[in-house]
Amino acid sequence: MTATINRRTLLAATGAALLPAAARAQVQTEKRGGTLVMLASTTRHVNPAIQSGTPAGIPGTQIFASPLRFDDKWQPQPYLAERWELAPGGRALTLHLVPGALFHDGTPVTSEDVAFTIAVIQKNHPFKTMLEPVEGVDTPDAQTAIIRMSHPHPAIMLAMSPALCPILPKHVYGDGRDIMTHPANTAPVGAGPYRLTEFRPGEAIFLERNERFFRPGRPYIDRIVMRMIPDNQTALLALEQNELAYSLLGAVRDEERIAKQPNLQVTDRGFEGIGALSWLAFNCAKKPLDDTRVRQAIAYLADRPRMVRVLEAGKVPVALTPLHPGSPFYTTEVNHFDFDAAKANALLDDAGAKRGADGNRFKLTIDSAPGPVEVTTGIGEYLRGQLRRAGIELELRASPDFPTWAQRVSNFDFDLTIDTVFNWGDPVIGVHRTYLTRNIRKGVIWSNTQSYSNPKVDALLDAAASEPDTAKRSALYKEFQQIVVDDVPILFLHPFPYAQAAAKGLRDLPTTIWGPMSPYDELYWDAADRK
Amino acid sequence: MTALAWLVRRLAHAAGLIFAVLVLNFVLVHLAPGDPADVIAGEAGGTSPQILAAIRARYGLDRSLPEQLAAYIGRVLRGDLGYSYYFDRPVAALVLGRMGATALLVTSAISLALLLGTWLGIRAARRPNGIETHLVAVFSIAGFAAPVFWSGLMLLLLFASTFPLFPVSGMDDPSRPPIGFAHALDVAHHLVLPTVTLALVYLAQYSRQARASMLAALGADYVRTARAKGLGERRVVYRHALRNALIPVITIAGLQFGQVLAGAVLVETVFGWPGLGRLAYDSILRRDSPTLLGILLGSAVMVIAANLIADAAYRFADPRLRGAA
Repeated sequence: MTATINRRTLLAATGAALLPAAARAQVQTEKRGGTLVMLASTTRHVNPAIQSGTPAGIPGTQIFASPLRFDDKWQPQPYLAERWELAPGGRALTLHLVPGALFHDGTPVTSEDVAFTIAVIQKNHPFKTMLEPVEGVDTPDAQTAIIRMSHPHPAIMLAMSPALCPILPKHVYGDGRDIMTHPANTAPVGAGPYRLTEFRPGEAIFLERNERFFRPGRPYIDRIVMRMIPDNQTALLALEQNELAYSLLGAVRDEERIAKQPNLQVTDRGFEGIGALSWLAFNCAKKPLDDTRVRQAIAYLADRPRMVRVLEAGKVPVALTPLHPGSPFYTTEVNHFDFDAAKANALLDDAGAKRGADGNRFKLTIDSAPGPVEVTTGIGEYLRGQLRRAGIELELRASPDFPTWAQRVSNFDFDLTIDTVFNWGDPVIGVHRTYLTRNIRKGVIWSNTQSYSNPKVDALLDAAASEPDTAKRSALYKEFQQIVVDDVPILFLHPFPYAQAAAKGLRDLPTTIWGPMSPYDELYWDAADRK
Repeated sequence: MTALAWLVRRLAHAAGLIFAVLVLNFVLVHLAPGDPADVIAGEAGGTSPQILAAIRARYGLDRSLPEQLAAYIGRVLRGDLGYSYYFDRPVAALVLGRMGATALLVTSAISLALLLGTWLGIRAARRPNGIETHLVAVFSIAGFAAPVFWSGLMLLLLFASTFPLFPVSGMDDPSRPPIGFAHALDVAHHLVLPTVTLALVYLAQYSRQARASMLAALGADYVRTARAKGLGERRVVYRHALRNALIPVITIAGLQFGQVLAGAVLVETVFGWPGLGRLAYDSILRRDSPTLLGILLGSAVMVIAANLIADAAYRFADPRLRGAA
């Protein structure tokens, strides 16, 4: 990728420049002010450089700024880096930092901070593949950082996103203390649009407008209070009663309920980057699931279009492949496994799974991580009915909490499990880990816990990881998707039904690919709803 | 036995009990599958064997359970409740930070249940077969039987949504400054629904107990004597009968303190009340054993203290107990 600034950015920039200063000030005054009280998840800290996920990512992207941000078309946009160049061959990315950007404590943001942050992420972030080829960061001057890579690494662009590359001040986090337990993780200093004023663990996070934010006039909202409400029903009521003005939703029934409220708006845009997929994973190392035909039979029995009609009111599409339907690499040219009980029975007969006197062939357990019923036990209940058609009995094993489930699955103590896993933008970051043979690691959740191994898939993924040409990369991922869909280590079900709910008066919701994990510097209150 | 000897003996019992609670809690908490490393890695959205090993080493989770127990007891004896795996800060600070909210909720709920329950019990005892008596019985038993999270949600739907008289969640309005009389009123406003929810559970027991002991007291000879002396009915009921009838009610209140704390876990979760109960809920889900153990230890100490106070109160109220062990 060699593009630096696209047409849209250029137009916006020139448009802004042409607008008289007085008019610009007028726009800013019209949008300025107000408090946003929103729902957040309980989080240990707010430093996304050492932890991924929305709980740290949502507050973290307000507090820290990243080199780049992305629009809703997967195009990089200037943020802390006002310009950038990917060297021919794709082995170096040069970032030109915006002059005058300051951290919350008034210290200038320099290329040293970029180099420090990249090293911290490489060492401590759970996504090891994200910056794996990075050999070092050169800092020829305070405004220029050159990220050098051992081989072309197309994922480097998305790795510069707000939630994945929050630039940390070296003078705060580089004081020699262990970054994983650094006090500044809960009392952070960043260069983002908001600065943290109070962190009440498990209760609330208080943010205030960064008056020295490097984007003039932004952000518009003065204060953000992120409240942690553990009970979903209570949180929904709080939204309806205007106690919360913004929240993520994770169930279609919640989305339908909120959409009916006259004071609220709902959108399902803004989740392409996270790319959350709900799926059914198989333990490919365990009989009888080690036989591809058995897994394919289950895929033919599942009848996914009916499943999304029954469980998700038809509001989400079927996900056909390991990639989120919102990904630019997604293809539908794969086996769709349309419902076919006769084929399923024939495959099971072929695999030698004979029916017993009671008509059953074999019994399997199905686990689920805790979560909304439609994407956990609900799927299990639905599949139990479907699989019975071919003599497969399913026993549901619900887990009371995450660690119980994670222990079972990461130690390969399962047959089938329902789970929701994130793509994290580029497939290198969030997809490869599930399929690479070398990532079968006992005791590590969200590795290749399926014990799936196909040398062809390994080769395709390794090639795609370092293929700088987007078209060639796309072809590699297409073949990867076709093979994995046929092999069925996982039966992909549907995108997790994320949505954003907000008060009607809240404007310019974050609907870029990173949605809620984007800086809220464009968000503003209608004058009538501002308080 | 002198009051001092009694106190020393009781305190020794209490210390033994706290030690037993400490060990039992530790073992129980560690029986659950999974550990905080799974949670921390899970919330990170991915992990590696190195990260898991580093987390386990950082918090001593790679040591054997007896070693961890010995280290834990050693720390507690030195007055150190340990360090929260999940919240990354000292447990004592976390627990103390949440203690006020829970104390406010629990004392409000117990006071409400005690006062209202006793009052209803007295009214019922005076007219044992009246319609009001039966209504109180049905209502309070329904409150006792309903799961606390369910009654909480029902109250929320009714009084925060259908008739939006009260706020849905939290302890205050976070968009306003937490100072002054207006803030106190705001907290009181937020306190109503959680208090009523928690009090409903115990109302039945207090009202039934008050009714039973009041009925017994009203039939006693000294009440007949009081009436024969020509005392007014109110004086007979409230000055003579009630003082005796209250003793078993106080006993129950002392014994139930622990249960009220347990009830607070669910009420605080439903109402987003930032107290110890919610902290316990968060800690259980995240296998944050030091925090959970800190809360359990704090609760055990509070329950034991409540029982000690109740015992002392008997000795004060009933001279016959002063000679007993």
